[in-house]
Amino acid sequence: MRPLKIQAPLDEGILRRLSVGEEVLISGIIYTARDAAHSRLIELLKKGLPLPIPLKNQLFYYTGSTPCPPGKIFGSAGPTSSYRMDSLTVPLLSRGLRGMIGKGQRSEQFGRLLRQYGAVYFLAPAGAGAYLSQRIKKAELVAFRDLGPEAVYRLWVDEFPTLVGIDTKGRDLYGVRTNLPFS
Amino acid sequence: MNRALLKEITRQVARLCQESNYGIREDVHNSLYQAAGEESGLSKKILDILLENIEIAQRERIPVCQDTGICAVFLQIGPGVEIEGDKLGEAVEEGVREGYRDGYLRKSLVSDPLFSRKNTGDNTPALIYFDFELPFPNRIKITVFPRGFGAENMGKIAMLSPAEGEEGLKKFVVRTVREAGANPCPPVVVGVGIGGTLEMSARLAQKALLRPINQSNRDSRYAQLEGELLKKINELRIGPQGLGGKVTCLGVNVEYFPTHIAGLPVCVNINCYALRQASSVVEID
Repeated sequence: MRPLKIQAPLDEGILRRLSVGEEVLISGIIYTARDAAHSRLIELLKKGLPLPIPLKNQLFYYTGSTPCPPGKIFGSAGPTSSYRMDSLTVPLLSRGLRGMIGKGQRSEQFGRLLRQYGAVYFLAPAGAGAYLSQRIKKAELVAFRDLGPEAVYRLWVDEFPTLVGIDTKGRDLYGVRTNLPFS
Repeated sequence: MNRALLKEITRQVARLCQESNYGIREDVHNSLYQAAGEESGLSKKILDILLENIEIAQRERIPVCQDTGICAVFLQIGPGVEIEGDKLGEAVEEGVREGYRDGYLRKSLVSDPLFSRKNTGDNTPALIYFDFELPFPNRIKITVFPRGFGAENMGKIAMLSPAEGEEGLKKFVVRTVREAGANPCPPVVVGVGIGGTLEMSARLAQKALLRPINQSNRDSRYAQLEGELLKKINELRIGPQGLGGKVTCLGVNVEYFPTHIAGLPVCVNINCYALRQASSVVEID
């Protein structure tokens, strides 16, 4: 089956048609955010302060890249383990975040959250930071510079390769592949 | 220690930080090629991407993985080498600092693990291990082993009771890999340390990952244990990226040490497919 091509920011109607396990190539604008950036965003929300990035229909990429060498567009940037963000995602979903790209399993409760909000969890090839960096066409630091590798970047990606890990019905790829021992 | 030698150690450590991160260890790379030949469908596709990832990293001289790790540095010091521990340690730290800065490697350390969690900015301190078992006189062998945390976080120690024996140990190792699932970026390499104390078992498990996966333990009983563990782990069918498949683990290495009459410590150290290591030998005139 040929991979489906979609755009980011995300279209809610298109998201609802994605099905767990499907190959999806993502093009457009995404934002990097991992552990510390999530904590900062939540802190700002709690204080009622404006966020440095939009959330509505946006797609987060859980990555902390290596520094960009001269003459290149971005450093090595593969997905980090997503489970660490499980407890940090509700306030972002409730303000419009509709997708995240990462690696590995998430909590059972997380699938229910995605169903509730009509959001999707995408899996990128784990451990392929050099390969994935080639799909990044432009990058711009937008927030939390002091966090170093955990700062937030706006990335323009072209056909970024993913699989649908959890779809808007809450179906989990690690759960539906029946022979997996840890689902 | 003379200044030229310390400088050479700094230079070598810096170079090894970069070399290790721009590829994966050759034996593991070969094993990954073989694995790609055994898989089909999605698992094969994922392994092919990982192989292409390594090619790109080597060609472009960029890290195979963005997590360039906390840097473990092993110094095997041969007879006849006079060292001053503090100066040698500082030379290594400086090497890590330069290597991570000039190689555009990610600085992934925080100074305080619990409270401020502020990035140290230069990826130091390094974890330095001294070993005096090198059989060659007047030489220092340096091995740099960056430890990424996707896999490191999945490691475990158990203080088994001696009565649990071989069966208990196998169950613990297999369960640890099963529970890690997709998180440590399978196909994994597993280091198992048995014996010593709680602390020693962890050292042994890490040391086990320094041995090529195509070399078995010299003790035939432990070599057999390695083979059995590999088979049992692959029967889990976790597969590449945890999405199912024949190849969950590329190799299991076991190291052991005498222990107390009341104990059977065992540590499991899981490494991702991207086992990064580089070594060089510095000769002393």
